[in-house]
Amino acid sequence: MAILAHAGTRILVQGITGREAATFTLESIRYGAQIVAGVTPGKGGQQVHGVPVYDTVAGAVAAHPADAALISVPAPMVLDAVCEALANGLKLVVIVTERLPRYDGLALLEAARAAGARVVGPNSLGVISPGQTRVGMAGGDAASVRMAYQPGSIGVVSRSGGMMTEIANLLTHNGFGQSTCVSIGGDPLIGTRFVDLLPLYEADPATLGLVLFCEPGGNMEERLAERLHAQPSRLPIVAFVAGRFADRNPGVRFGHAGALVQGLDGSPARKIAILREAGVLVADKLQHIPGLLREAIKAEA
Amino acid sequence: MNVLEADAKTLLAEQGLRVPAGQVVVSAAEAEAAATKLGGRVVVKAQVPASGRMKAGGIRFAANAAEAAQAAGELLAAPVKGFPVYSVLIEQRLEAAAEVYVGVTYDNQAQTATLLGSRAGGIEVESEQQIVRRAFPISAPLSDYVGREVAAALGLEGRALVQLGSTLTHLARCLVRWDAMLLEINPLILDAQGQWWLADAHLELDDEAAYRQVALLARLGASRRYRDQRSEFERKAAEIDSADHRGVAGRLVPFGGNLGLLIGGGGASLTIMDAVLDAGLKPANYCEIGGNPSVWKIKELTKLILSQPSVERLAVIMNVVSNTRVDLVARGVIKGILELGREPREVIAAFRIPGSWETEGQAVLKHYGVPFFGRTTTIDQAIEAIEWRS
Repeated sequence: MAILAHAGTRILVQGITGREAATFTLESIRYGAQIVAGVTPGKGGQQVHGVPVYDTVAGAVAAHPADAALISVPAPMVLDAVCEALANGLKLVVIVTERLPRYDGLALLEAARAAGARVVGPNSLGVISPGQTRVGMAGGDAASVRMAYQPGSIGVVSRSGGMMTEIANLLTHNGFGQSTCVSIGGDPLIGTRFVDLLPLYEADPATLGLVLFCEPGGNMEERLAERLHAQPSRLPIVAFVAGRFADRNPGVRFGHAGALVQGLDGSPARKIAILREAGVLVADKLQHIPGLLREAIKAEA
Repeated sequence: MNVLEADAKTLLAEQGLRVPAGQVVVSAAEAEAAATKLGGRVVVKAQVPASGRMKAGGIRFAANAAEAAQAAGELLAAPVKGFPVYSVLIEQRLEAAAEVYVGVTYDNQAQTATLLGSRAGGIEVESEQQIVRRAFPISAPLSDYVGREVAAALGLEGRALVQLGSTLTHLARCLVRWDAMLLEINPLILDAQGQWWLADAHLELDDEAAYRQVALLARLGASRRYRDQRSEFERKAAEIDSADHRGVAGRLVPFGGNLGLLIGGGGASLTIMDAVLDAGLKPANYCEIGGNPSVWKIKELTKLILSQPSVERLAVIMNVVSNTRVDLVARGVIKGILELGREPREVIAAFRIPGSWETEGQAVLKHYGVPFFGRTTTIDQAIEAIEWRS
């Protein structure tokens, strides 16, 4: 089992004829992903690595029913692409594009709420259920993906796409495979956050533990802590909070646009304290994650 | 981008909102003339792209034209909140029957657009607890009643309530029309005739939407002048980045230490900076690279970082990368060091990038006697292995 994306997930790639999209389409197919169709307005009838391209999502899904839309179009076109996916019944929309205008980001989330669909991203590297499928481009080419990601029982949720692969690699080299890894996106406004994914992992019998990569800014760590106080999780959770150095440089923006620290709110020191109070094991160093996870899972059993 | 008050007020006045009469000046003499024209009793406001100008002494009240001239002269002579003052707004002073704070912005946490209001206008509003928040859908046309609900929650009544409601709705429409991130009026002043006036305006535009606000931005030259101010170091980094579209060289921020850093972007840069400081090393700069940068880009960045006088060595550290080609980064770093006439194995303190083409990258480094760390070495281990010879 896994969450969000499984071996049978049928993927539609919007913007498939772009250079980056064509590359990750090929490597995803090599990894085993079922990419059933692509869409680029004006390029219907072409093929990208054997995947048929349509002018519209409606045309694509009429011939190839799909479960997930992967959006890889330039930022000015993302809102339109998401609306098109939602209007055609797609319930999972993964957006890899970054630097969206804030208006567009909020408008697409409003549209997704109205349609009862889930948005992952923007600025996400995607979702990967190792050994089953990949929606997006986490891990690069298929051979590199297999080196970093292995099937197993740990869920990984990361505010940074690059660090998701780093953590998966660390877990893999310490004997922990992964159930599903989700790059939720580094932008300030994103569709899916820690609290949204926790119930999905809890309902997945294949997942035995969770690793979170946290960053300064926002309040998604705080919201997770609230949820854990109200309703403890069956899963041991290990977190790493990056950006402690930013506490020493208040007001300066580092890392992702989402990692804007203002005063104490959203500061790493505060997030670490709040997560610990909620029973989350916070690793002081990234490399301590596997050890903490091992102890926690042992204690659970 | 932060828009200067005077620029923001020009835009808001065009939308039919009431703005006090005023004039932008650049000298004490101009200030005196403007104040005379406005009746002498004026506010003198330094035009810098920052909030909190009142507390910082950037806003003065003058009883006559001579006082206005003196205040303007003083403001133009010294920075306010760290910004040089190029111009001053001379504005008519209003008699306030009441004043409120209002704002419209995005609430990323609640994932809504939000109207904000408080009866406590003035400089302390941010620490006040009694703030009314009203979420509204951004993608549907906005109705006036939304603004009236906020006005009612603020305890207003009669004509003042109706007028405030329509002012708020108007501001919310401006947020969308201009792709603003924040539009804040503090204070919004009610005069004796029951009209609301925008006594101040703080407007912040969304840089990501600049491509579709070209006409608007073209009119904001005075505001853009501040945005374009960067240190020489940051400006050169941006030049290198824009000269080649391949890969990203993010912000370079000088830190003053002796260990130059060329590190992975986003969350990786945060992780690596923490690890560098935890290891007791002194970073010379913050920097982030991503995507698949060319050899030239890496070479130029390497030279730029090593050109800072305090920098002795360079650490090249990235997460397990998805797109970046390890060999290209290795070639770029080596080339940059060689072009400076220095010895790679003496300059490179650590090189850790696991990812595609890592075997080729390793070979390049080996040729110059530089050890390579791959995916079995953690970020922390690579940094802790840096031996410092000072």
